[in-house]
Amino acid sequence: MKFFILAYKNLKRRKSRSFLTIGGVAVAVAVLVALLGFNAGYQEALTSDVDKMGYQVIVTAKGCPYEAATMILSGEAGLRFMDEDIYNQITSDPDIDKITPLLAQLAYDPEKQGGKGGFINYLGIEKSYIELKPNVKFKSGGWFSAENANEAILGYEAAESEQKSVGDKISIPDKDITLIIVGIFERTATQEDGAVFLPLKTTQRVFDIEGKLTGIGIKLKQIEKISEFEERLYPIASIQVISMSQVKGTILNLVNSAKILIMSVAFIAIFVAIIGVINTILMSVFERTQEIGIMKAIGASRSDIFKLIWMETLIICTLGGIFGSVIAIFGGNLTELLVRKVMPYAPGGRLLLITPDLLVYSFLGVIIIGIISGLYPAFKAASMRPIEVIRSGE
Amino acid sequence: MQDKIVLEAKNLKKHYHRGSEIVKALDGVDLKIKGSEIISIVGPSGSGKTTLMNLIGCLDKVTAGSLKIGDNDVASLEEIDLIKIRRENIGFIFQRFYLIPTLTVRENVELPLIFAKKNINAKNILDLLKEVNLEDKEGIQVKHLSGGDKQRTGIARALVNDPKILVADEPTGKLEIKVGEQILELFKNLSEKGLAIVIATHNLELAQATQRIIHLQDGKVVPKEKSDLYY
Repeated sequence: MKFFILAYKNLKRRKSRSFLTIGGVAVAVAVLVALLGFNAGYQEALTSDVDKMGYQVIVTAKGCPYEAATMILSGEAGLRFMDEDIYNQITSDPDIDKITPLLAQLAYDPEKQGGKGGFINYLGIEKSYIELKPNVKFKSGGWFSAENANEAILGYEAAESEQKSVGDKISIPDKDITLIIVGIFERTATQEDGAVFLPLKTTQRVFDIEGKLTGIGIKLKQIEKISEFEERLYPIASIQVISMSQVKGTILNLVNSAKILIMSVAFIAIFVAIIGVINTILMSVFERTQEIGIMKAIGASRSDIFKLIWMETLIICTLGGIFGSVIAIFGGNLTELLVRKVMPYAPGGRLLLITPDLLVYSFLGVIIIGIISGLYPAFKAASMRPIEVIRSGE
Repeated sequence: MQDKIVLEAKNLKKHYHRGSEIVKALDGVDLKIKGSEIISIVGPSGSGKTTLMNLIGCLDKVTAGSLKIGDNDVASLEEIDLIKIRRENIGFIFQRFYLIPTLTVRENVELPLIFAKKNINAKNILDLLKEVNLEDKEGIQVKHLSGGDKQRTGIARALVNDPKILVADEPTGKLEIKVGEQILELFKNLSEKGLAIVIATHNLELAQATQRIIHLQDGKVVPKEKSDLYY
């Protein structure tokens, strides 16, 4: 039997208290791991979303550029309409490598989600759309038979959730039209997985917005030339040019600001956990004053007592760290669900990236916290004079 | 060995400060204890019994005078050196046993060895448990033991470092008379093997069963006949 077993058995004597303290540490660690994981995951998911989008630049009708950018990232391709002529006007620009027109429309379907109702995102596209997006591939079926056909291609999730396959028919709520599904895209892990794609002309006709677009996606030959490109579009008063790297930076800045607030909450949780640990160990020291005195009487030195009490703290923090990491890993899906519900825009893919490095660092962090929080109770116990504490119990 | 002086106190003093007042808990005690001797220290509350036991047990520092344990004069030693003397020479037994309730009999007995950084020899521990009649209870958590067995565990714990002096504070105080007699019998057996046993007690029957009685009053040793004892 060594000090470790002695410390462990001491903690077992007050099971509920030890368990609650370990729980406090575990929650603090889980919050910290989840937040740091979110930090890394969100950035990676957003970068992946922007990269998969294929566009470096989007042109939308004038309005709030970030609102428009967020809408486009969400697969909704802008809020306001602009004339299709603008597309024809800029398509010959020498700096453009690839360009595609977009027309997004939302329609409320009361039958969606098993009767709960929800919005369906319809995206009018042309063939250039899949040329611009190298990761968009057909899982089954293929491209529309004509540019005005009453046909649809479903995003991966849209097909899965509606249990549709190629050849099935779908209708658009409140529109007297039936569309035949001619293709289903593979999963792209972006918001567009939930969209229903129609030929651009069909979308304009069905939604009665002939000659209108909500956005134009552009890939430049050289992204460095974006300022010159923007300059050339400047005379067109009704549009704005948005660089996706700027959008990414701005979203990350916004997320970072929120993160500072959330991190402060995490640090408060950690601080409360430290106080909890100190309180538990200190109470246990005070309750065992006679015992500590007796240990000294039977030969324990100050350093023995210090080591024993310190080890109790470390056991609490280590177990808290392990449980916290497990909670963070297995509770990750729940956290992700929560984050997706509260965030105005959440990119596709995993938002929480809990790496082994992150777990190791968080674990080391909690051990350091354990070492620090154990100092005072351990010092207090080690300083007890055996004679006084034995007397105090008589 | 058995007639060798294991403890010698000369003009031993322990004074405390209580505010501006100086309390003379022990005020010039002379005492010699031989190996194999069982002595009792008696006296009314506040007479200095506990203080003397603490000084003998190297739990407290001497104010003045000399205190030799074995060949070491402990009066001038610092805490770190007193710990070594304590580990090597002194075993403690308490009225309230002060065992660690979640540990087994064996684990409680092993504690002093762990603190002394000594190797634990399973056979020696078993022999010791046999000596105190606990060989069949070594794996039981001490919280499940009777008072007598708890005190036997305390005695085994006190003996595990092979001390020269056993310091016992009211060792039978919490025990039934019959169990108390068994413990005293055990003390006698141990003393025959050369162990000096110092018992602080209010129990006159226990005191009279020892070989010598030291009567303390107001921090001094007072010569009294056994028959004169009244507390």
